[in-house]
Amino acid sequence: MEVLKEEGVDTIFGFPGGVIIDINDELDKTDIRYILVRHEQAAVHAADGYARASGKVGVCLVTSGPGATNTVTGIASAYMDSIPVVVFTGQVPTSLIGNDAFQEVDIVGITRPCTKHNYLVKDPKKLAETVREAFHLARSGRPGPVLVDLPKDVSQSKISFEMPPPPKMKSYSPHTEPHKQQLEKAIKLILKAKKPVIFAGGGVILSGAYKELTKFAKKLNIPVTASLMGLGGFPGTDRLWLGMLGMHGTYRANMSTGACDLLIGIGVRFDDRVTGKIDTFAQNAKIIHIDIDPTSIQKNVPITVPIVSDCKIALKQLNKLIEKVDLKELLKSRPNWLKQIEEWKNTTPLAYEQTDIIKPQFVVEKLYELTKGKAIITTEVGQNQMWAAQYYHFDQPNHFITSGGLGVMGFGFPAAIGAQLACPKKTVIDIAGDGSIQMNIQELIVAVANKLPVKVAILNNRYLGMVRQWQELFYDKRYAATNMEHAPDFVKVAEAYGAVGLRATRPAEVEEIIKKALATPKTVIMDFVVEREECVYPMVPAGKAITEMLLA
Amino acid sequence: MTEERKHTISLLVDNESGVLSRVTGLFSGRGFNIESLCVAETLDPELSRITLVTRGSERIVEQINKQLNKLINIRKVIDLTDTEFVEREMALVKVRAKEEHRAEILRIVDIFRCKVVDVSPGYYTVEVTGSDEKIAAILSLLKQIGVKEIARTGAIALAREAKK
Repeated sequence: MEVLKEEGVDTIFGFPGGVIIDINDELDKTDIRYILVRHEQAAVHAADGYARASGKVGVCLVTSGPGATNTVTGIASAYMDSIPVVVFTGQVPTSLIGNDAFQEVDIVGITRPCTKHNYLVKDPKKLAETVREAFHLARSGRPGPVLVDLPKDVSQSKISFEMPPPPKMKSYSPHTEPHKQQLEKAIKLILKAKKPVIFAGGGVILSGAYKELTKFAKKLNIPVTASLMGLGGFPGTDRLWLGMLGMHGTYRANMSTGACDLLIGIGVRFDDRVTGKIDTFAQNAKIIHIDIDPTSIQKNVPITVPIVSDCKIALKQLNKLIEKVDLKELLKSRPNWLKQIEEWKNTTPLAYEQTDIIKPQFVVEKLYELTKGKAIITTEVGQNQMWAAQYYHFDQPNHFITSGGLGVMGFGFPAAIGAQLACPKKTVIDIAGDGSIQMNIQELIVAVANKLPVKVAILNNRYLGMVRQWQELFYDKRYAATNMEHAPDFVKVAEAYGAVGLRATRPAEVEEIIKKALATPKTVIMDFVVEREECVYPMVPAGKAITEMLLA
Repeated sequence: MTEERKHTISLLVDNESGVLSRVTGLFSGRGFNIESLCVAETLDPELSRITLVTRGSERIVEQINKQLNKLINIRKVIDLTDTEFVEREMALVKVRAKEEHRAEILRIVDIFRCKVVDVSPGYYTVEVTGSDEKIAAILSLLKQIGVKEIARTGAIALAREAKK
């Protein structure tokens, strides 16, 4: 407990059980806030949302066996998105480990490939030190989830306590400072480039490099695109902003990446959803790649100048180096490039047609408008996630919280709960689909019980929309297993849980419903009955180059 | 893509349970292959050495090295491949030793500087150490006489010290 406080923990998400009764008992005596979730998966997603909104480490406490296995999806999602989370799992007493005891599972074995590191604490004397290491690992370098498995006899034992010093680990010292020479090489390339593009990712958000990136891009007049995870790393309303890149990226982002002669990847890992067909990705470009994790570099695409570094530190130093350079000549060559991009933007903008049925994009646009772009948006996964990414323009970091890498349905709502707890004064909205919200809808009671004014906007098309979209485009409209007509009445569900339920069925009602929801200081579910067969465009079919987009 | 090549990688790791499974899990999870693997304690009881032989293109092996470095329990990753190093494997070979073959077996043992470590009425067990080529060579000879079973280690390796 003392170590938890020392590490700045003020909130723990969890669910109790036989082997952690002692820990919960002790926890109850502290002023650490304990949020009792209704499913352990949600505890991890909530901790994830909490971590992203607050910039701190998210913490969970669950019991052994099923409690532990239920956390796996949440852990894997945090791992893919590099989110600092520490998960404490209970374990059967050390004397019983390996005996197939009641509620025993080898959670350390199960989570080995989806944690940054994990521990089984066998010796109570090592407990404090291990917990400190866990927090250190979770938040430093490329952040990620760390699991600590606590056998009952270890957590029950009484020993004298002394706060261990900050951990010094022999085999772990992440490289955060960029190599000078590499920076100079990068500058040379940047000064030569006629058609550069910056591609920002989650690393920009995680390292807090928003200001540095904005300064860098503006000074050099370089347009910026981002991965899903990088949204908010650069102001989404700036003239240099290209929109998101990749499978559902904007026309101009994908075209300019295809045509650029220099791509500056910052805190990205060149995931397949971004690159499309890999050997055609940015094929005319030299690539500078800044990332703190050396394994991200040269993994998917060949890199001209690799820079292993914390993004913020590298950008700071690059900004400093640029100060000494005369940019007059350079900036002369930019207008043509920017004009070309402007043309792409004007000829092929993001677009949809609002008819007499509500379009999901329209709902997101209205949400953006009525929250003035200042809300924290979480999403589920699928069409709702892509429309949120396309039509909500994020001007600030840590305001877009989504399961990017793993793509977990059921992520958004618990993540919104976590984000709301971290930022009580902010408006937090989960943009959901009718399919996704049904995974983890049980957390409604957690939002209500804790009086959290979280808003859920369900884009209800009574389909598993993204899969249906693929079926429409590539499977001759055979909608196998995607019809969700049999669904609960979400307004009544909200009411049953003691939340407020609202529904809009006509475009004219959308604004009114959102205003009403925003004015209600309670948990609100907004059920928007939207066009059933709307697709997310642009779309790059799997295996195609990102410049080969389906536009409508 | 460069050509696939054999790499011998030496790892110094924390001597605690689960470390080996982190290493092998990394290889299976990411689709890298392991040709052989040897683990034992070092002089420092806190550390074990894993000698691992893998095969892959330059890019794959670069990833393997980086991914190994990322594991928290791994203290040091040394790819010996393009350095001066010594490498040995060992095999125990149980050969059918009929009366008329015994002299031949002993001659082969002698030529390859092996040892006979167990003798029974029908069988000799031969201990061979050396490179995998040497082991393959003696095996092909002994197979002609009749091999009942074998046990082999993977490679172990150490870097050579600089010669002044």
